[in-house]
Parts: sequence; structure tokens; C-alpha cells
Amino acid sequence: MSPSDFFYRNREIAGFSNPSRATYTAVRELLENSLDAAESLEVPPNIFLRISEVAGQTESETKFYIMRVEDNGTGVPADHIPSAFGQIFYGSKYELKQARGTFGLGGTMAVLYGQITTHEPVKIESSTGGDIHEFIMNIDIQNNRANIFKHNIRQNPTGWRGTSIEIQMDGDYSRIMHRLIEYLKQTAMVVPYADITYIDPKGRLYKYERGTDTLPPLPQPVRPHPHGIDVEMVKRLISTDKKSRNMKSFMMENFQGVGAITAEKFLKSADINLKSKPKTLSSEEMVRIVRATKDYEGFKRPIASCLSPIGVELFETGISKELGISEDDYLKVVTRKPSTYLGYPFIVEAAVAAGNTIRKSHGPGIHIYRFANRIPLLFDEGSGVIWKAAHKNINWKTYSVEKDTSIVIAVHVCSTKIPYKSVGKEFMADQPNVEKEVTNAIREAARGVRSYISKRTRIQREKRRLNIFNNYLPVIAQFATRLSEKEEMPDITPLLTAVSTVIPEEKSTLAEVPQIVEESSE
Amino acid sequence: MSKKVQSDAERKRETMEKSLTQMGQLIYDQIQNREFPWIHMQSRSTDNIIYDPDERQYILGPRMIRRHSRNIRHIRPFTQLVWTSWFAKELVRLRKTSTLREVYYSARGQRDIEYSGQQESDNIITDLEVALNRAREDFHIFPEERSSIFGDLTIEYTVPGYEGRRMNLTDHPDGAMIGPAVTSSDFIETTADKVLVVEKGAMFTRLVEERAHEKFNAILIHTAGQSPRATRGIINRLSKDHGLPAYIFTDADPWGLHIAMVIISGSANAAHLRGLSTPSARWIGVNGTDIINYKLPTEPLSDFDRKRLTELKRDPRYVGEMWQKELDILIELDQKAELEAFSKFGLTYIVDEYLPAKLGM
Repeated sequence: MSPSDFFYRNREIAGFSNPSRATYTAVRELLENSLDAAESLEVPPNIFLRISEVAGQTESETKFYIMRVEDNGTGVPADHIPSAFGQIFYGSKYELKQARGTFGLGGTMAVLYGQITTHEPVKIESSTGGDIHEFIMNIDIQNNRANIFKHNIRQNPTGWRGTSIEIQMDGDYSRIMHRLIEYLKQTAMVVPYADITYIDPKGRLYKYERGTDTLPPLPQPVRPHPHGIDVEMVKRLISTDKKSRNMKSFMMENFQGVGAITAEKFLKSADINLKSKPKTLSSEEMVRIVRATKDYEGFKRPIASCLSPIGVELFETGISKELGISEDDYLKVVTRKPSTYLGYPFIVEAAVAAGNTIRKSHGPGIHIYRFANRIPLLFDEGSGVIWKAAHKNINWKTYSVEKDTSIVIAVHVCSTKIPYKSVGKEFMADQPNVEKEVTNAIREAARGVRSYISKRTRIQREKRRLNIFNNYLPVIAQFATRLSEKEEMPDITPLLTAVSTVIPEEKSTLAEVPQIVEESSE
Repeated sequence: MSKKVQSDAERKRETMEKSLTQMGQLIYDQIQNREFPWIHMQSRSTDNIIYDPDERQYILGPRMIRRHSRNIRHIRPFTQLVWTSWFAKELVRLRKTSTLREVYYSARGQRDIEYSGQQESDNIITDLEVALNRAREDFHIFPEERSSIFGDLTIEYTVPGYEGRRMNLTDHPDGAMIGPAVTSSDFIETTADKVLVVEKGAMFTRLVEERAHEKFNAILIHTAGQSPRATRGIINRLSKDHGLPAYIFTDADPWGLHIAMVIISGSANAAHLRGLSTPSARWIGVNGTDIINYKLPTEPLSDFDRKRLTELKRDPRYVGEMWQKELDILIELDQKAELEAFSKFGLTYIVDEYLPAKLGM
């Protein structure tokens, strides 16, 4: 069975389980591809997305849609286009870095799904700066390769660089509309440097404008950490490694943080001869190596340069612009130091927002936004580690957050391997270290909430107080005038001025509100 | 009784209007002087309600409070007080009357000062009484009426449309309702030489039927339970201004005793008012001794009755020897008797035998 065939038969694994979910997943895959393409070129992404109904259809639950995504990314070299969009294949690179692609399939799954539901080819146009190459093609599923129907080369007078892809597929837009819009909005929160334009099947325009031109630094590829390997990986490393003459240099060449001494010590602990040639390693020895990595404690911590957190400033920009945070609201973003679980490095970032804007837009309660490697997670919130951290691990009373308080918590976890709990890849497992980091990140971001809330309560109380005087004094004046049979109302402005000048004085005492001390983490 | 009293009610009305205007003036001036308006009044909190043995009634102590519009908790009641003063002044000026219930409803639609309930409204009216040192009837606000009066008393109305018109209170055999019209009327003349007060409507009707007013030369008053302030005011007026001693006739139980006591010594709720209690009034029965002497049919005391009796034992108004003795008898008997108990001896027995004996006739 070819990989294409496998995914054809098991498409629900990749998120194409039904027409509405497939619509959502296709947009995600294509959009994330586009974001990656622009980011790797280090230009602020301009993404155009359009979903339109194929004309002349009868009313039915599902419909054929044309989905078009266009970006200003690197573009795909013409000779790579057929394999990039017409072939599902396992990569053989073993460098690690943080990447978006949920399943490593890119847009190919969307192409495959479109093909099997509508039997229409996909149209791809791309330019890396020179001519524009247009491909009309589909996938030869059994042989896992592209069937090219047409390849046109056009001149590129405007100097466009990027890729556009147009897929026809069976979908159900009405059911997934809200999630899709939410997905775009949340994407705009974590990718605040992107301009995203979306035209939906009804012709409505949604625009998510960038709030900054700054991109976070690109993640640097690194070699794998010994803690995170398995037997298959060792096997592949051996087969691709052409240089290493013995096991000691194999360890030093293929893994991060392994020097001569560590390599020797480790191989000794695994009872592997330093001098044996990698190619001669028996299966039994490979298993022994993998087992030994789990017990050996002398490795350095995984390097975090392969990670690309959003960063405090950008995350703040994204949340502010998408939630409409104003100066009167509370917003605090923290980026934690790198940490690891099972040999994988990860970084947690958290934002906490509160205030009137949040109350108006979200209503009372704790509202959670979850992100993994700059992708919003929209499904199965209650099962994930972030929900657990926010609802179970934190005593919100300490932060003066009551049942009717409105707060938003946004958590971004970036890692070379997100600890997804299920094949759906919509929520993260509660790996102890991840849970601890997420909890601490939220706590850190929430630390100012208490004094913010007490300050706001005071100001509100003052406002209410002033309001009371504003309401009653005129009534007193009015009826005192009638009662005393006077013609003119007495002037109450001096009295109102007198009460309102009290406010700044009360404000100045706010600084004395003690900061709460962070609870010790478990 | 003379005719000069005709202008009394009118004069009273004018004074009332004037003091309300003065209150408005005071508040108006305070605002003009860039001062948050406030009003001084006696405190009505329980620790400032004192029993005065000389006056034989509850009075307000010396403690004063300020209802101050600068105070965030006071500004609403203060505003309500100003509004209520204006409302009262309109009543007085237009010679109209209103009820407590109506005042509560009249504030509806007045933004921010709307009363949350009758209790709040009643409270503000009491505040106004304290502030002005006048009863609410003086500014034409009355409770729901239920008591009545019957007897040879000629009154002259002062209410609009009836000014100068006279009526004799024997004209209507059910008795005249003690409402704003009767309360505000001038008492012109009477041949009666006493006031006989009963607690219950049935007994009042019996007395009228048996011509007790003629037999005893009395004005009959029916309180319908605990007597309203207007009724107590009339008993006081008849007693004090017209020299008619009052006799009170109630059930022989703690509740009956207390109806009599409130007429005699007033209530804590009206500690800020004078002219409502009649210390000279006498409770003539039914008492515990009557139960024994007349061998009246009785009912056992309830727990509630017993509890009330012990409370009354400690009440400063009951310090008198006679009261303590009567309370003790009831406690000892552990029985109570109603006015109707005399029916055992026939319907007219009470008028023919009992009352004459009690009144010393």
C-alpha cells in the first residue's frame, strides 16, 4: 500500500472525517503551509483565502466548493511542485525544528480529499521570483505520484513570489463556519505579523490586518536529542550516515550535546563497543542503545534554539488587536524559559487578559485560547492539559477572580514534538513537566490580576458613588426649589465638583495594594 | 365648647404649610451656600427610645442625628425625604389627603428615589414626622382606616367641599369611620361626659344597639384591634381638650391589655409624637378578677400568650401596681376570656349589669 493509498483509506486520521471537518482541515493545512512559506522567507505573510460554491448546484447538505489560498511565501521550484502537492511521502531528514504542519502532509491531504470527492484536478501556480508555473494535476493514488495534465509557464511582470492553490472539494460550510472564523481570528492572535483576507462562500469579506511587521526569529534546525529517539530512528540515522567510522563518532555526529566523553560513557553504559562500525550493529544492539538513552543521565539538556516562541511583544500585539484590548484592560504576557519532557525541548507562553472589553466580548468566566506551534487548537478543550492547568491547578480566588469575573487565558506551547494526546491532534496530554510549565506560566501572567481587579473595583465604586451624587443632587435641588417656592434652581455644580475631586486621591492609594506572592509549584 | 375653634383646623394647616416651606428654604439655602444639604433630627434608633414615667409614655432621648446628603448612604433617604416633604406640602396646600399606600405609589416613576417597598416609604414619612415634630395626619397622610366613632358629638368638617358642614355622630348607627374628615374636623359640642372605648366591632355594635351611649352618656369608639394613631389622637382630644374621661374595655388577655396600654401610654413607634397618648384613660376590664368574680367561660393561654405576658411584666409602661397585679392574675389563672364571654348571661347583660358596675353607676 502506498502512503497515498493509506491516507486515502484512513483519511479521518488526518482530520477529513466528514464534509464539515474536511472543510476546516483543508483550510488549516493550506493556510499553515502558506504561513510557513512566508515565514521561512522572513517576510510578513500576506494570505488570501477564498471559498466559493461551484455554480449550478441543487440545495443539499453538502456542496462542492472551490478553495483558493494564495500567499507571498518562498514559492515552490517548478520541478518540486508535482512531488510537493501530488505525493505523500515520509521525509528522511532527521534534523529537528519547530514546525507547524500537523501531520507533515502539508496540503497534499487536501488535494487527495478534493480529488476523491469531486474527481477534479488541483490547480497550482507558483513562482520563486521568476516565471510563474501553473500545474493542473492530480494524484495517482496507487503509485503515489502526480498525474500532470497541464504545465503552463507564464511571464511574471509584477515579480510576484509565492504560491496559489485551488482545490475543488465536497464540503459543508454552514456547519463549520463559526469554527473557521474562530480559527482565522485565533491564528491572527498568534501570527500578528500576517495579513489574512478571507472571502466566504456568501461573498463576505473577513480581514485580519497585521499589527506589526516584525517576525519572530526563525527556529534553527538541530540534531535530535538522545532521549527522544526510537529504534527506527537509529536505523535510519545509520543508513543515512556516510561518515562515521565507529559508534563513538556516530553518537557525536548524529545527536545534539554529545561530546567525546559523553559518547564514551554512554556507550559503555549501553554495553556497546566504541569501535564497532555503525553498519554492523545488530537489532538487539540498537534496542539496547535506545533503552540505555532513557536511563543515562549524563546528556545535556535539549537545545532550545530549534524553538521559535512568539515572544512577549508579538503575542501581546496579536491578542490586543484581535480582542480589542484597551488601555483600561489588563493584559500580561510571559514567555517561560525552555524546558524539556522526554527529551523534547518546549517553551510555554501565556497571556492573561481581563477588564471591561473581555467582559463585554466574552461574558463572565474563564475563557481559554490554546495554541501549539502557532496553530490554534479549537476542539476538545476540556480534555487538554491547558484546561486542566487553568481550571484545576490554579486557585483563582487568590487572584480575586470570582465566578462572574471575565478573564481570557491564552497559552502557546512550542516544541519539536507537541505532546498531543490523540490522533486528532487537538489537545495536549498532561506530561508532568508540560503541565507544570503551563500552570506556572498562567500563574505568572495572572499575578497582576488581583491588584488590577481591586483597582478597577475601586474606580468603579468611585464612579458609582459619583453617579449617585449626579443622580440625587439634582432631585434634591429640584424639590427643594418647589418646596421653598423659589423660581430658580440652586447651583449644584460646586457640590458635584467637590465629590469628583476626591477620586484621584483614592487612586493614589492603589499602589499600596500588595502584590501576591506566587504559590509554590508542585 | 365654643365656636371660635372653627379656624383652628385652618390655622393648623397654614402652620404646617409654612414649616414645610421653611424646610425647603433651609435646604435651598444650604445648596446656595455650596454646602451639602442636611437635616437635624432626633434619632429613632432603639437605644434612643426612652420611657418617661412623668409623661407616662415613650419619648425620644436627647441623641440627634444628621441626615446628610454628603453621606453616600444617606443621600437616597435624604432625597426621598425632600420629595416626600414636597408631596406633603402639595397635599396640605391643595387641601387633599392621602394614605401611606398612596405615598408609596406616588413615588413610582420618580427615577432613583422610587421606594423599594411600603416599609421604606412609611419610614421616610416617620422621618418627616420627627424632622417636623408633627404627626403625619397633620400633613394629611393617613393610614388605612378601620376604627369608628359613635355618640352625641357634633363635628364641623374642614375638608374641602364640606367646610362648615356639621354632623352629629349619632346620625349613622354603624358609627362614623375615623378618617381624615373626622380627624381634621372641629369638635363643636357634646352632651356626653365620658368616652367608652372597645376593642371589637361586635361589642361596639351591641353597645350602639343597646343605646349604651345614652345609658352611660358616652361617646363610643371602636378601635378594631390595636388603635390607629388618628383614633388615639381623638381619644386624647376628647379627654384633654374636652374633659371627657376615657374608659377602655378589652379582652382579658395580653393583647387586650396592651391595646389599652397603648391608648394610655403610647407606643415606641410613636415616641417622637405627643398628643397621642391619654394617661388619664382607664382600663376597666375585662380583667383577671372579672374572670373569677363572674365565673366567665375561659380558654387556656397559648405559649404565645404566656410569652407575651412575661414580656409585658418587664415593660416599663406596666410598672404600676395595678398592672403588675392583673398580669400576675392572668399568669396564675393560665386562662383568658373574651368580651363575648358575658353572652353567657344574656346579650344585654354587659350593658345592663357589667358596665354599670365597672363605671361605678
